[in-house]
Amino acid sequence: MMEMFRNPDYDFIGKRRWAYLASLAVILISLTSMVLHRGLHYDIDFLGGTLIQVRFEQPPDIGKIRAALGKIGIGESVIQQFGDPREYIIRLPLTSANQEEVSRRVQGALAADPALGKLEIRRIEFVGPQVGHDLQIQAIYAVLVGLAGILFYIAIRFDLKGGVAAVVAVFHDVIVSLGAISLTNREFSLPVLAALLTIIGFSVNDTIVAYDRLRENRGRGTPRGTTFARQMNIAINQTLSRTVLTSLTVFFSTAILLFFGGKTLEDFAFVLFVGVITGTYSTIYVASAIVVDWTNYVEGRLRRPKKAVAKA
Amino acid sequence: MPRHLALRIGLVAAVVLGSIWYLYPPKKTINLGLDLQGGIHLVFGVETDKALASQTDRAAEDLKNALEKKGIGVTRVAREGNTAIVVQLASPQSWNDAVTVAGEFPNFERRNADQGAGRFSLVMNEKEVSRLRDLSVRQGVETIRNRVDQFGVAEPTITRQGEDRILIQLPGLQDPERAKALIGKTAHLEFRLLDERTSVEDALAGRLPETSEIMYQRRVDKETKAERKTPHVVHKRTLLSGAELNRAEVQADPNAPGNWQVAIEFNAVGARIFGEVTEGNVGKHLAIILDGSVYSAPRINERIPGGRAVITGQFTVEEARDLAIVLRAGALPAPVTVLEERTVGPSLGADSIRQGVIAIAASGLIVFIFMVFYYRLSGLIADVALVLNLLLLMACMAAFGATLTLPGLAGIALTIGMAVDTNILIFERIREELRVGKSPRASIDAGFSRAFRTIIDTHVTVLVTAGILYNFGTGAVKGFAVSLFVGLVGSLFTAVFFTRLLFDLIYGGRRRLGSISI
Repeated sequence: MMEMFRNPDYDFIGKRRWAYLASLAVILISLTSMVLHRGLHYDIDFLGGTLIQVRFEQPPDIGKIRAALGKIGIGESVIQQFGDPREYIIRLPLTSANQEEVSRRVQGALAADPALGKLEIRRIEFVGPQVGHDLQIQAIYAVLVGLAGILFYIAIRFDLKGGVAAVVAVFHDVIVSLGAISLTNREFSLPVLAALLTIIGFSVNDTIVAYDRLRENRGRGTPRGTTFARQMNIAINQTLSRTVLTSLTVFFSTAILLFFGGKTLEDFAFVLFVGVITGTYSTIYVASAIVVDWTNYVEGRLRRPKKAVAKA
Repeated sequence: MPRHLALRIGLVAAVVLGSIWYLYPPKKTINLGLDLQGGIHLVFGVETDKALASQTDRAAEDLKNALEKKGIGVTRVAREGNTAIVVQLASPQSWNDAVTVAGEFPNFERRNADQGAGRFSLVMNEKEVSRLRDLSVRQGVETIRNRVDQFGVAEPTITRQGEDRILIQLPGLQDPERAKALIGKTAHLEFRLLDERTSVEDALAGRLPETSEIMYQRRVDKETKAERKTPHVVHKRTLLSGAELNRAEVQADPNAPGNWQVAIEFNAVGARIFGEVTEGNVGKHLAIILDGSVYSAPRINERIPGGRAVITGQFTVEEARDLAIVLRAGALPAPVTVLEERTVGPSLGADSIRQGVIAIAASGLIVFIFMVFYYRLSGLIADVALVLNLLLLMACMAAFGATLTLPGLAGIALTIGMAVDTNILIFERIREELRVGKSPRASIDAGFSRAFRTIIDTHVTVLVTAGILYNFGTGAVKGFAVSLFVGLVGSLFTAVFFTRLLFDLIYGGRRRLGSISI
């Protein structure tokens, strides 16, 4: 039998104070990055605007594309290489001008410029301001309702403490992932949203495995004198090989998506990649740790009045 | 011997055969999303306010006629906003008669009545407002479907989205501009007389009777592409509209070689009105107006019986064909605007499929090798279960007519991860039981039953998220949610039921089980 750990007994929970510091530091970095970048950079899916993906026959000079577009005066466009050196994406902000007119003019200007050679329009996307705004609202709704659903389910199956701690862990993961997007100058797009929601699922999945083990152990009765922190630590250690194995397989799967999935899947895979790491970490050091400290706090409060009675 | 073995094998066989049945042949059964096969995705917003305004205009016209018929003098009957008609009587004496006439418009409520001044307004009631809004979107969907059918696109999707939006997906179509022009054209055809008593100069200077307006005729020079606009003064009153149209055909323009025109024919009612209009206005000019632009304004030489006319306007054969289609399919009850457009070329779609499939195959392969490497025979069992899971996933997508999109492919990749996790949970549990010293068979039993609870909990929570994603998401997110959801259900079945069956088949028959390969 090939084994990664044999009866592991690492003291995870005992080091939770340090982990709190680390978590706070990472969250602080994430938030700082978002503030310094003046918020998240939304994709046209959320902001509205026009995106045109063009493939040229020969790798063009980006300056020449800019020059060709400059002639028609369509406002500030962003030109980016996209994967292949022959492939470019042109983003145009929403303008008061007619969208069809704008995208036709861009296509006309590119086709008419002899310096750019032959080209193929591979993709045109236009999102109106109303659609983009609706999508923002929907995204926030989806996340909040998703979290509420999770909280509700865990509160029923386990207890409220577990539910709240799991949701805090998810928040931690979402903030860290958003921070990673911000730090790497990626845009917040629909695929990124999908990845974030997947992370929510993954993070909770992982947390539940640990909770489930704790509940099972407690159901069988624990030896006297075992603190709650110790019980949690045992549960985490018992599920450790599963956690590491699963995380590694998902990690490698997303790594492959990230490196070979093409430009379109890159941002999606990147967020998952970050999320797998933070999701695994948060199970132990956010969700479980909070449950331990919360339980200790509640038990401490229960004991105190008794002492008072004994004194009197 | 484990129980119900034959029944369980039968069930699995039925599931496998059913999946293959739904999947065969794969080219026809799996719907590819527009991002994978190329095509146009459009969301139109219906300007329902305009439908309300034109309905109110019609009611105002009817009210004015009804008042005049009763001999009640009015100085003004006009629309205000989108749903109100303001009436100013010539004298307050006719108040009671006017109120009786107004009572014949049950969809309008009388407000702001001022008997002394002989003034009141009629406002469309809420019920009628929402009925008209709803109707204009539904009719819009019908009309667009009609146009697309006549245009000839294979398997288009045209559905209402939310309150006032229409979603149109045209797979494989390559000319987005033409499609948008065809679908988005209101195609409101009107015949109105030119106001020949007001000169164009006066009109442009603002000296214009209330019953007339300025409309432009656009001409594009074929060589220089320069657009020339000619103003016309036309009466606001519409004599005849495209609603009375019977046929519209493309013809070569006999007067301008190389140009095409659209010949139209009215129905019986239209033909009668057209005959009367032409008879009563010989010598005047009749403007043919489409969506607020004058196409031509020929002089009426004599009464035209039979209800035939031609629309000319320097059309190419494609333009003429598209115009004939929209005229035949009818006008949209309200104008539409493009809110969202996504066009994907076929080459990009093919690239996406290739990359997506490679990525999934690669990540699948790594998982496969890892499982066999780490868990030996049990790993192989998990791999077989994984294959069945993928088969089930594709079959369900085919059976429900779900669409496979690029994010959907990503969802499949994630499903592989979740399915593997389920097997790892079970196997680790079995190993634990073995370590405690239980017999192999007892370990398998305990492993499965203990892991089962955890598996249910993890699957339900992720299913909840997938369900919410599906409900709140649009397009891309939906595709992802669908494949994740279906994949998770498949993973529950394969990991808990199918893997267990394979374990029972391999280890269940032996009297004494020495060891398991895990």
